[in-house]
Amino acid sequence: MEANTRSTGRLPAAFLTPGSSSFMDFLSDHSPEILPGNRSLPPLQGAIEAPHGTTIVAASFPGGVVLAGDRRATMGNMIAQRDIEKVFPADEYSAVGIAGTAGLAVEMVKLFQLELEHFEKVEGATLSLEGKANRLSTMIRSNLAMAMQGLAVVPLFAGYDVDREKGRIFSYDVTGGRSEEHGYAATGSGSVFARGSMKKLYRDDLTEEQTLTLVVQALYDAADDDSATGGPDVARRIYPIVTVITDEGFRKLNDTESSEIARAILERRLEQPDGPRAALL
Amino acid sequence: MSTPFYVSPQQAMADRAEYARKGIARGRSLVVLQYADGIVFVGENPSRALHKFSEIYDRIGFAAAGKYNEYENLRIGGVRYADLRGYTYDRDDVTARGLANVYAQTLGTIFSSAAEKPYEVELVVAEVGAGPEGDQIYRLPHDGSIVDEHGSVAVGGNAEQISSFLDQRHRDGMSLAEALKLAVQALSREANGNEREIPAERLEVAVLDRTRPQQRKFKRIVGRQLTRLLDADGAGATPTDAPSDTEEPEGGSTPAAGTDTPAKDTDGPAEGTDGATKE
Repeated sequence: MEANTRSTGRLPAAFLTPGSSSFMDFLSDHSPEILPGNRSLPPLQGAIEAPHGTTIVAASFPGGVVLAGDRRATMGNMIAQRDIEKVFPADEYSAVGIAGTAGLAVEMVKLFQLELEHFEKVEGATLSLEGKANRLSTMIRSNLAMAMQGLAVVPLFAGYDVDREKGRIFSYDVTGGRSEEHGYAATGSGSVFARGSMKKLYRDDLTEEQTLTLVVQALYDAADDDSATGGPDVARRIYPIVTVITDEGFRKLNDTESSEIARAILERRLEQPDGPRAALL
Repeated sequence: MSTPFYVSPQQAMADRAEYARKGIARGRSLVVLQYADGIVFVGENPSRALHKFSEIYDRIGFAAAGKYNEYENLRIGGVRYADLRGYTYDRDDVTARGLANVYAQTLGTIFSSAAEKPYEVELVVAEVGAGPEGDQIYRLPHDGSIVDEHGSVAVGGNAEQISSFLDQRHRDGMSLAEALKLAVQALSREANGNEREIPAERLEVAVLDRTRPQQRKFKRIVGRQLTRLLDADGAGATPTDAPSDTEEPEGGSTPAAGTDTPAKDTDGPAEGTDGATKE
């Protein structure tokens, strides 16, 4: 499994083979059985029951991008976990949010983080944002066999492009196809409602603080109409995970900051349950 | 028909050792010192791109003297070993001791196998602990032995002389600026006893700094920050001083606390980091 120390204990040849800066390429040479994409399932009747994560939203603002997710994981009609985290830093300037089969998604994120860090250490330079987005495509594609069996992982990737000096968002489909989204994007079962919400609220001149409110509003609307998406849980103090990426790097809002935004929205919703009203014309 | 020579094993090994030592002696020396907040690597390196020091993992750094292509190969092998181990188990399970062992086995096997030429490298693997008592420094000569070092170590061409110079002057709990100045002093001593000047732009400096809020403690010290430390009067300059505007991306600040396992909570912004501005 790890550095196979065979009889001599020296590093096996694969470790000392020059060339690739990719950890996944190295794994497929050295121990392909570890790579998630090399697993296959026996033929099944029906879908496998495994916890699923639901709604991830992202929105860009001048100077950066915000990525946020709710905290619920469901298994069928059961709530499997109330405080799951679905948004993670990928590296210093990017983050990934995941909807789909939670177990596979967490593993995919771990490998993705490692892939970026490994490249950085070997090369002494970081990948471009496009390069990172493409690596994620490859990883989703390798999960296609599982996805066909109902174990799909559909992430949302957001990052700050240091070359273009702006925040960018990439969405993916289950086959690994990626498309760059402009302004805002959502993925997961509540994404339809989140997108509808952001469509009415989003402007491209919002400040960072306003964008933070926007994504939590969108998550609230998603939870309002989708039973698999969890709204802010005031009793248990479980609030959405909200992250911001700017030229200063990745930052995750702490519980206090996140709860302030969620509570402010809740206060208003007690008066207007459907949220802010947009003008008719 | 000529009869092949008989070469005694002792003679064969002595020849190989001499070959490796000569190769290492042609390389420039480098020093690794403990200071109050961690471990500092200092070497003379005219190249800005070909590094002698590198990050291996969160708390583990690597330094090498000798033949570039050989130690670069070992460095990448070490990064792969560490990343694979961390992925298989947990980030906490990657240790300098384990890595030093694997390097020792690798170097030892190559050294004693008649089919390969001995590697002309000498390595240092260092791990920064939570406190100075947890710091570990391992020196790995060409033949696969391991030496557990404390305080200071020098490898490369003029290593013996530099080592004894450092041993006399290095003490625990030095500030970074003091340790750096001592290292430069040691490196500028020539074999004939003269001293020469090493300008800042010919120095490669990196630290494993235990006070960094990020998980990855390795950081290169370049540009203005390096000049400031060299000019400091040995007081109070710490690596988290102020942003240097010529930061290198490698081992740069990764405010991604919790990039270990996605299931862990991540911290907020890293305060007072080195402000890695990457133009």
